[in-house]
Amino acid sequence: MRLINRHPDRSGRLLLILLPFALLLFAYFAGSAQRLADNPNDKLLPSASQMAAAVDRLAFTEDKRSGNYLFWQDSAASLTRLAMGIGIAALAGLCLGIAAGIIPLFGAPLSPLLTVLSMVPPLAILPILFIVFGLGELSKVMLIVIGITPILARDLEQRAREIPQEILIKAQTLGASTWTLILRVVLPQLLPRLLIALRLVLGSAWLFLIAAEAIASTDGLGYRIFLVRRYMAMDVILPYVVWITLLAWLMDLGLRQTTRLCFPWYEGAKA
Amino acid sequence: MKTIKSGTVASESLARSPERSNRSGHLVHEDCEHRATQPAARAVGAFIEVKNVWQEYGDQVVLERLNLSINEGEFCTLVGASGCGKSTFLRLLLGQERASRGEILLGGEQLAAEPDSSRGVVFQRYSVFPHLTVLDNVAIGLELPRSKLLGRLFGAAKREAREQAAVILKKVGLGHALDKYPSQLSGGMQQRLAIAQALIMKPRVLLLDEPFGALDPGIRKDMHGLLLELWHETKLTVFMVTHDLSEGFSLGTRLLVFDKTRIDPHAPNAFGARITYDIPLNSDRRATRAAVEALPAHIAGNLQPAL
Repeated sequence: MRLINRHPDRSGRLLLILLPFALLLFAYFAGSAQRLADNPNDKLLPSASQMAAAVDRLAFTEDKRSGNYLFWQDSAASLTRLAMGIGIAALAGLCLGIAAGIIPLFGAPLSPLLTVLSMVPPLAILPILFIVFGLGELSKVMLIVIGITPILARDLEQRAREIPQEILIKAQTLGASTWTLILRVVLPQLLPRLLIALRLVLGSAWLFLIAAEAIASTDGLGYRIFLVRRYMAMDVILPYVVWITLLAWLMDLGLRQTTRLCFPWYEGAKA
Repeated sequence: MKTIKSGTVASESLARSPERSNRSGHLVHEDCEHRATQPAARAVGAFIEVKNVWQEYGDQVVLERLNLSINEGEFCTLVGASGCGKSTFLRLLLGQERASRGEILLGGEQLAAEPDSSRGVVFQRYSVFPHLTVLDNVAIGLELPRSKLLGRLFGAAKREAREQAAVILKKVGLGHALDKYPSQLSGGMQQRLAIAQALIMKPRVLLLDEPFGALDPGIRKDMHGLLLELWHETKLTVFMVTHDLSEGFSLGTRLLVFDKTRIDPHAPNAFGARITYDIPLNSDRRATRAAVEALPAHIAGNLQPAL
């Protein structure tokens, strides 16, 4: 049988899903054991117990200096910034996308502007953000907003343009004004697409968050990683990276489930 | 001129329509302005008047010198080869496009230059909102005009709108599918929904752009029945673009054939299409309808169940 026609069965699929993860872990811990056997003080590939100890120290023990649980404090700080950044960007992207995609008079000036703005590398203007908004929370949130809004806006503009002209005309023959047309016809059809677009920019949002925290911050997951880098504390960095990955994956899953639950019509309408 | 081809059609329409002599004839002549010399009844009360309408896109002339007057309640079917301007004419009537020259009057007034609730429309595809259930797809037509700010009704008003929508949906045979989304419906049911959606607005004109083009022949026949039934019950003036000539003949009370009368082989876009044949059809149906309309209002009201 040709390879292209061979499908894994249920249990086989599960095995195949787990296999690469198991291989990665095996490779890591084999390498770690090897290096630690050569040099017990090696810091590059810490063992599972060393990482567990680091997590215990950061997550379940009060910090002696501040009296906080650093791991959770970092997580809360980062997630707050991320949520604010993504929330503002989603709102701005949605408004800009609808305006540019549905209303020709707004689209004419907005569309080229968004194209140009989305080409500006956000990290290149990070210093400007620090100068303008100071080193506080605002500049970090703004970096996320500036980084992902143009992408969201351009994607939603495109999706808004893809709404068939017939639908917009039909709504007008049913007595819709421009405003109610957007509110009742365009917006509901774009919301599931917004969630999908958010899933795609989630990675970038994390990138900008970590970058901003690495450069100017006093807490946050990115801050901690870059702080302990000075001591080559891989036993902290690796669990943090795993935690960030897990958080990002959970957000992605959450967005996917939200799309399915809130917009049951969407899956069928795509076909 | 295609007078030879018109011979068979003309004799058929002659046989089916004793009142043909009342009209300006099946063949529209170059001097269309002379239609003004028609019998007084038509000249006074024409519901829709198309006066010397041209439509051009750049160098390309799509329609030229259209002159037409349509009485209220007529069922006009528009046929012709692909790309000969039937759909363009429908878009002009809809207000989706503006004529390059000439004017279209609806009830004596200039046609609004954008789509509005006086003209309902059903397209071949994408006529219904995918994100609303069948019931809400129709109820939205009652909500949008009444709620300018949110486009949405609440409480008792919403319940009432939904009840009204359910009544009309039952009429088109979708009473069992009120809570489904359009993607769960078959093509024929989607078009039923689109028709219900258009009719809830009680438009004066219903525009159909190949509404049944994508349907199976059997379902198409059901839809013809439904459409005629709804046409009988309302005072609708219908314009229907179709590729199916037999559909055009069996449904319409008036068949308009679009064709190019002049073709320059070196400049295929230089001349537009015109209405080459204007054939009265199914006079029995039109007569029945006229008779019903002649009845006193209180009797006629009982005959025409309100939608």
